[in-house]
Amino acid sequence: MSLVGPLILATFLFCVGIYGVIARRNAVLVLISVELMLNAVNINLVAFQNLLFPDELAVSGLMFALFIIGVAAAEVGVGLAIVFNMFRNRASVNVDDVDLMRW
Amino acid sequence: MTGLDVVFVLVALFTAGAAVLTVTSKNLVHAALSLAATLAGTAGVFLVLHADFLALVQLVVNVGAVAVLFLFGLMLTRAPIGREALDSQNRGLGLAVAGGLFVLLSGLIIAAFGTTSVEQVTGASIEVIGIAIFADWVLPFELLSMLLLGALIGAIMLARRETGESGEEAMATRIDVGDTPTAEGGVRAELENTTPAGQLGAGGDR
Repeated sequence: MSLVGPLILATFLFCVGIYGVIARRNAVLVLISVELMLNAVNINLVAFQNLLFPDELAVSGLMFALFIIGVAAAEVGVGLAIVFNMFRNRASVNVDDVDLMRW
Repeated sequence: MTGLDVVFVLVALFTAGAAVLTVTSKNLVHAALSLAATLAGTAGVFLVLHADFLALVQLVVNVGAVAVLFLFGLMLTRAPIGREALDSQNRGLGLAVAGGLFVLLSGLIIAAFGTTSVEQVTGASIEVIGIAIFADWVLPFELLSMLLLGALIGAIMLARRETGESGEEAMATRIDVGDTPTAEGGVRAELENTTPAGQLGAGGDR
């Protein structure tokens, strides 16, 4: 199996995530795009682990992917809580509306 | 091109299509469901890469919990539906940045790994993963548990409605249900419930 396929797929997902972060206005959709980018990195890590270094005993690639999944879950929880706070204070989840720091 | 490559291409096409739908969908709920499809496709990619345990974790944590969390978030924030409301003005900028980065990274990947190919894909067994977690990665594992605990408490503190330090609920969230039982009604019901022993015995026989 070629290594290029998973890497190109991961790159594509990452770039789709970047497009979503830049182009979307809804804060929840921005969080969704960040989630896409984190998953792209996971594909990269697993591909390198299982295709290039399958005999490593401390399975670093799989471990990093597991930790990234855990941290991503925490990030989604806190991020959604912040978005809820924003919605309660501003009645909007538009990222362009939160411009208090731009004078 | 082996059979594994064919399966991978199919799963990858599914995943990529769902990802594109996620960032272009006009409907918020469709976007969240497309995200769930993308995450499931990623689990399929893990399966093709012989990372069974990670595929299961991906299904349980990301498809099961995170996607549902996003659906909750979308429904609780009542966002407007429609492309003009969802997309900002800099869609062209986003396309340029994402496309440029994709071309750049793809060129680098093909230049670096274009000829690398593996005949036999082998994944670590779940036994090796367990030993690795509790031998080599114990400290990050425990740190991750503390991070999850902190995120849990922080999310609750951020998201709950509260007027001040007293912990009293805000007026807007208090739900008044009609026909609350008064003190007299409660006493009367209590009196009616306390029946003599004979009646209780009869009730028991019936």
